[in-house]
Amino acid sequence: MKKDIFKVGGKSLKSRLIVGTGKYKSLLETAKAVKASGASMVTVAVRRVNILDKKKPLLSDYIDPKKTIFLPNTAGCFTSEEALRTLRLAREMGGWKLVKLEVLGDKKTLYPNMIETIKSTKILVKEGFKVMVYCTDDPLLAKKLEDNGASAIMPLASPIGSGLGLQNKVNISLIIKHSRVPVIIDAGIGTASDATIAMELGCDGVLINSAIAQAKKPIIMARAFRDAVISGRNSYLAGRMGKNYFATASSPSKGLI
Amino acid sequence: MAKIQLNGKKVVINSKYSILDLLKKYKLANKKIAVEHNGVIVPKVMFKKKYLKNRDRLEIVHFIGGG
Repeated sequence: MKKDIFKVGGKSLKSRLIVGTGKYKSLLETAKAVKASGASMVTVAVRRVNILDKKKPLLSDYIDPKKTIFLPNTAGCFTSEEALRTLRLAREMGGWKLVKLEVLGDKKTLYPNMIETIKSTKILVKEGFKVMVYCTDDPLLAKKLEDNGASAIMPLASPIGSGLGLQNKVNISLIIKHSRVPVIIDAGIGTASDATIAMELGCDGVLINSAIAQAKKPIIMARAFRDAVISGRNSYLAGRMGKNYFATASSPSKGLI
Repeated sequence: MAKIQLNGKKVVINSKYSILDLLKKYKLANKKIAVEHNGVIVPKVMFKKKYLKNRDRLEIVHFIGGG
């Protein structure tokens, strides 16, 4: 069988699971969960350095950017200008060209503002960024992002941090069918089986943060997600059996006594 | 003396301070950070040459945990 490689923005990833690094109790717990998840890419946020506390530990003290790919994210940005500023700073920090764009439109639902998102994608691509884009599950808008040079389409399963799982399988399937760039489910996954369902549909990967960080035992949940993504991918590659309304016996009827 | 706005806080520094001097003072010189000076990103090679003056606005950012 041909080796199943996950390539996004020119990088080959060992795992189809990407994990966020927010909401953990400590940086040590973050690092342990990332390790248990098997992910080779993690999302990170860009924020002000705390100048009053010189000894505050840094994320990079716990997760080595040389071993794990950092994917700078614009979480918390509500305008194109804020998102562009954040990603330009991220690039300056260490040559990061592969980034995750997220422009939010509403504080309550954290739903993406697709007009600002498309506008930002265009500018970033022009500036040489490789942009993975958080978006709604609208197949036409997803296509529009791809046409504007997005490196990956990242539709939400349900609102960020909601844990409601995959709410619109039909739309996600349509997006997968029409995309030539990787489709990665971002946001809303609640538990490991949700990730399996997304992978069985044919998603190229999933991005998980809250479902691991907010689990009662995040490290065990990270392991569950690692396995769930592998299982879902294998199931997709294997191709499921057809559905029938009536029973079909598993044992042969020939030779019945 | 010069008064600058550093990450939203008022800070008093020596006049004739470069960005690099300031980063050293906060033990950030060898860290993975990016600097914005009055709204413009400063390339690392310019840290030494860029001097700070009264009422400058400086933002120093780094990566933290996020989704």
